[in-house]
Amino acid sequence: MSQQLYLSSSPHVHSGETTPKVMRAVLYSLAPACLVAIYFFGPSALGVLLIATLGCLATEVVCQRLMGDTVTIADGSAAITGVLLALNLPPTSPWWLTLLGAVIAIAIGKQVYGGLGSNPFNPALVARVVLLISFPVQMTTWSAPAPLGSGLDLVTTATPLGEWKNAVMLTGEMPAAMQGSMAGYFLGNMPGCIGEVSALALLLGAAYLLYRRILTWHIPATYVGTVVLLSGVFWLINPARYPSPVFHLVTGGLVLGAFYMATDMVTTPVSTRGMLLFGVGCGVLTVLIRLFGGYPEGVSFAILLMNAATPLIDRYTKPRTFGTLRQGGGV
Amino acid sequence: MKLRTFKGGIHPPDNKQWTSHKAIEDCPLPDELVVPLSQHIGAPSVACVKVGQHVAKGQEVGSAKGFVSVPVHASTSGEVVAIENRPHPFGTSMPAVVIKPDGEDSWSYDMQFTDPGSLTQDEVIDKVRQAGVVGMGGAAFPAHVKMSPPPEKPIRTLLFNGVECEPYLTSDHRMMLEESERVLQGVALLQYVYGAERVVIGIEANKPDAIALLQKQCADAPVEILPLEVKYPQGAEKQLIAAATGREVPSGGLPMDVGVAVHNISTAAAVTDAVMLSRPLIERVCTVTGSAIKEPKNLRVRVGMPLSHLIEICGGLVEEPGKIILGGPMMGFTQVGFDVPVIRGSSGLLLLREEDVVKSLEGPCIRCARCVQACPMNLLPTTIAAYARRNLVEETEEYCAMDCIECGSCSYVCPASIPLVQSIRHGKAAVIAKKRKALL
Repeated sequence: MSQQLYLSSSPHVHSGETTPKVMRAVLYSLAPACLVAIYFFGPSALGVLLIATLGCLATEVVCQRLMGDTVTIADGSAAITGVLLALNLPPTSPWWLTLLGAVIAIAIGKQVYGGLGSNPFNPALVARVVLLISFPVQMTTWSAPAPLGSGLDLVTTATPLGEWKNAVMLTGEMPAAMQGSMAGYFLGNMPGCIGEVSALALLLGAAYLLYRRILTWHIPATYVGTVVLLSGVFWLINPARYPSPVFHLVTGGLVLGAFYMATDMVTTPVSTRGMLLFGVGCGVLTVLIRLFGGYPEGVSFAILLMNAATPLIDRYTKPRTFGTLRQGGGV
Repeated sequence: MKLRTFKGGIHPPDNKQWTSHKAIEDCPLPDELVVPLSQHIGAPSVACVKVGQHVAKGQEVGSAKGFVSVPVHASTSGEVVAIENRPHPFGTSMPAVVIKPDGEDSWSYDMQFTDPGSLTQDEVIDKVRQAGVVGMGGAAFPAHVKMSPPPEKPIRTLLFNGVECEPYLTSDHRMMLEESERVLQGVALLQYVYGAERVVIGIEANKPDAIALLQKQCADAPVEILPLEVKYPQGAEKQLIAAATGREVPSGGLPMDVGVAVHNISTAAAVTDAVMLSRPLIERVCTVTGSAIKEPKNLRVRVGMPLSHLIEICGGLVEEPGKIILGGPMMGFTQVGFDVPVIRGSSGLLLLREEDVVKSLEGPCIRCARCVQACPMNLLPTTIAAYARRNLVEETEEYCAMDCIECGSCSYVCPASIPLVQSIRHGKAAVIAKKRKALL
């Protein structure tokens, strides 16, 4: 026998799915949202996207070099964190803020824990929340969309959720007339983070991920469902004060959060029941923060809090082993 | 109509197209047969012939030792040239009787037809034991042990496994098509022993010709032909029982705990030979296939034929293989060379070219939960594997490692190429070792 024979225990075949392939599919799925953002917010959105992505890649290289690890930026995970971070920033965020966010996301959100697979919190959200708390002015300066070719300049304004929160804080009631329409919000014609604006574009990408079986329905469905149900209850109780579930759906970061941030595999439970619980938890926290918290938007905080609960959820949602009666084994 | 199946599982490419249409061919005798004394789960048999002695085809060359053991027989007539350690499919060297065929291929006795109606159940079981019949799906558990359940565990459902969910393999498929009468005769004999209320033959829906043929032949018989969804591991015992009866074998239990006995359809054919013709189990159908073989075939091989001989009969190799696998690609065993013999449980010989050998580098777990969704036992493979690799035996056991059936679905789907089932196997061994130690 001239050649080397491979010896290993079974199985001897593999699906061919790899981590870089999964990550690339997620990047593709984000393309529509990025394109819509560039359409509505122009070169400034493109700039934020580029700085965040390149910043994350560079930070990962530096961290891994410093620690003497193999550089693994080719796996695509740092690029995803960069794009997601950009989608979670205002289109007007200055270059230094974006870059700082990228460094925080990768260095503090991911590499200090040991890199891919070891971080307890969604790195992009860690960065967003650090920036939001540290630089509230820059992080809450929103601009109305100025679609390419419309000749409009970006004008500072409030997000629909912010508009509502301000009115409720001042008067205890909904603003008499909102600036935008529900359909406009859904397509992306509203002020907000780069990636929040077009629910439609995000859903297109999510459909691709569902088709590729990278995304399962469990977290997005329970998350969105809980928000609709719970906000619906408040709306029915007092429609003069609380906005409708549709408003909750199409404004703010709910779609981005439910389909892309709360579904980050690394920081969410592995069992089906765990995922369902995670989605419900995110939904409840989001509604509570939006309706009663100090911030107009609660998606980031809700997901990070549930990330913290993930090990606990995993512990208590062990699947029922085949041939046993109780969950977690034992006949 | 929605086909019955189990929860979890995977859909690997089945690669059966190379041999599924090819009729079984008799493999000619080689110059030397190496008959290992251990081919089954349980105590190895003990050699009962001497070097230099002439043996007839079907003559016992190794006697059973204990109840969970079966005798081993000469696969052809010839001279015993050695009784020594030879390479064994399980990866070590084990005692074997080496026979030089005399070319006569003559049986040790005149073939006598036994009317099964004249036998009691116990006599049928005894004939099966004497013939050395073991489960031919791969595990090679002595059939007579399975056929003797304790009286407090009556068998209500007798289930036959014609699923053949392992990719590449087509030996059971061809058996059902070409030897359906032998198979069905065995089904009837086993039903005679068990007296079950329900007799079912489970077949994956990707074998419509076999399903149609058996349905036709069983039109008047109280035998149910059950088409099953094409999904791996549909042929695993517990998953097959779940699909056919809706019942789950309890953790740590046996099929008889839910009133079920499962036999492979090829085992049923061997039971027919054993009972009606008093013929021991000395041959089986083995699918020789894979990218490195010139002419993939379904061969009727004798126990003890070296792999090199099978390859020669299949036109030789396209190129030197990168991996030699006895059994299927999901649960088969890699071999160190071509001098290993075929044994009773060898359902296939798979030869993969170097370029088809999976050699991906392991990455960190991204907790994608694909292994969790794929696990047919509803376990958390990534968690068990992580504990097993850290040698945390208690946690390994707590997460139900011992319930793992080692089907390999988790490793198959893992995008990070983590050797999940491989690690769980180590974990199981550690749990067993700890339990042994506690007993001492």
